[in-house]
Amino acid sequence: MVNYIWAGLAIIGIIYAMFNGTMEEVNQALFSSAQEAVTLVLGLVSVLIFWLGLMRIAEKAGILSVLAKVFKPFITKLFPEIPKDHPAMGYILSNFIANLFGLGNAATPMGIKAMEEMKKISQSNRASRSMITFLVINTSSLTLIPTTVIAIRIQYESSAPTEIVGTTIIATLLTTIVAIIVDRIFHFRRERKIRR
Amino acid sequence: MNVISMVSIWIIPSIVLLILLIAVIKKLPTYELFVEGGKEGISMAVSLLPYLLGMIVSITIFRSSGAMDALIDLFQPVLHRIGIPSEIVPLSFTRPLSGTAALAITADLIKTFGPDSFIGRLASTMQGSTDTTFYIITVYFGAVGIKKMGDALKVGLIADFVGIITSIIIVSMVFSN
Repeated sequence: MVNYIWAGLAIIGIIYAMFNGTMEEVNQALFSSAQEAVTLVLGLVSVLIFWLGLMRIAEKAGILSVLAKVFKPFITKLFPEIPKDHPAMGYILSNFIANLFGLGNAATPMGIKAMEEMKKISQSNRASRSMITFLVINTSSLTLIPTTVIAIRIQYESSAPTEIVGTTIIATLLTTIVAIIVDRIFHFRRERKIRR
Repeated sequence: MNVISMVSIWIIPSIVLLILLIAVIKKLPTYELFVEGGKEGISMAVSLLPYLLGMIVSITIFRSSGAMDALIDLFQPVLHRIGIPSEIVPLSFTRPLSGTAALAITADLIKTFGPDSFIGRLASTMQGSTDTTFYIITVYFGAVGIKKMGDALKVGLIADFVGIITSIIIVSMVFSN
């Protein structure tokens, strides 16, 4: 599916540009966006090196497994495929915690590590059930303090820049719950298909 | 506000301190472990680049050609009917595709309508309560080489849609006066 989406976005864009005189913009976008992607990854390199380095220490110091143990009851329900003391649990939790505190930078490296560990369990290039659950929770965003938005609101002189923290938390919570439920429904639908 | 900004300033250094303290107490070779783990970051970033570059280029072509705006115009009347304010439609379409573009739109909405307006509050809530689904899927699946992504995108986009609707309901409820 990703192949169709990827090619489709570009094909529709270029054909649309042919009939609407926006070819110049598209031509420019081709090269500026490629540049932008490189800049983005370069920015990510520093973060990846720092957090993966630190997480290696945390892993060896046993902090990740302690973390996994503390939240075990909650997290094993969400990820029934993952063995209880598997390192994947520690990374998943670190990713969630980093997300909750708005440390998007730190969340990405830990999320990638979590995916790596989950791939070791599934041994396949197909997305496993736990991977999908993990991704869905991430895309529904887990935020306690939306720092960037607060910063923008301060910049435009809001009388109460943090008043949206409450609504954001409720919205995030509801979205995450719905995402988990939808994920479950899709999972059981897949299972039924296989059984037939 | 002071407490929140204090917490967000202190949290990362505190985590670093905690990890290092425990490691030193356990007599681990901290620096060597750091370098070892950090090296992984380089190869990870390199393997990530083509996935991200491809996706970003394709999304940018779609946006810069005007096809995105046409799509938004197409959906605007329908979405308006079910109670989604038309000012917010561009943001809701952009949010799953591009984090930076969505942030720019949010900033623009806050600037135009004022941070304490209904649209300003709604944009703020929406920006915080969903994430860039395409980016997350590209990065996480790309980094570990998942070729078949199952229902991930479908469920992710459904969650985004639910996020938009809940944001509208909650913001209208909380700030109804």
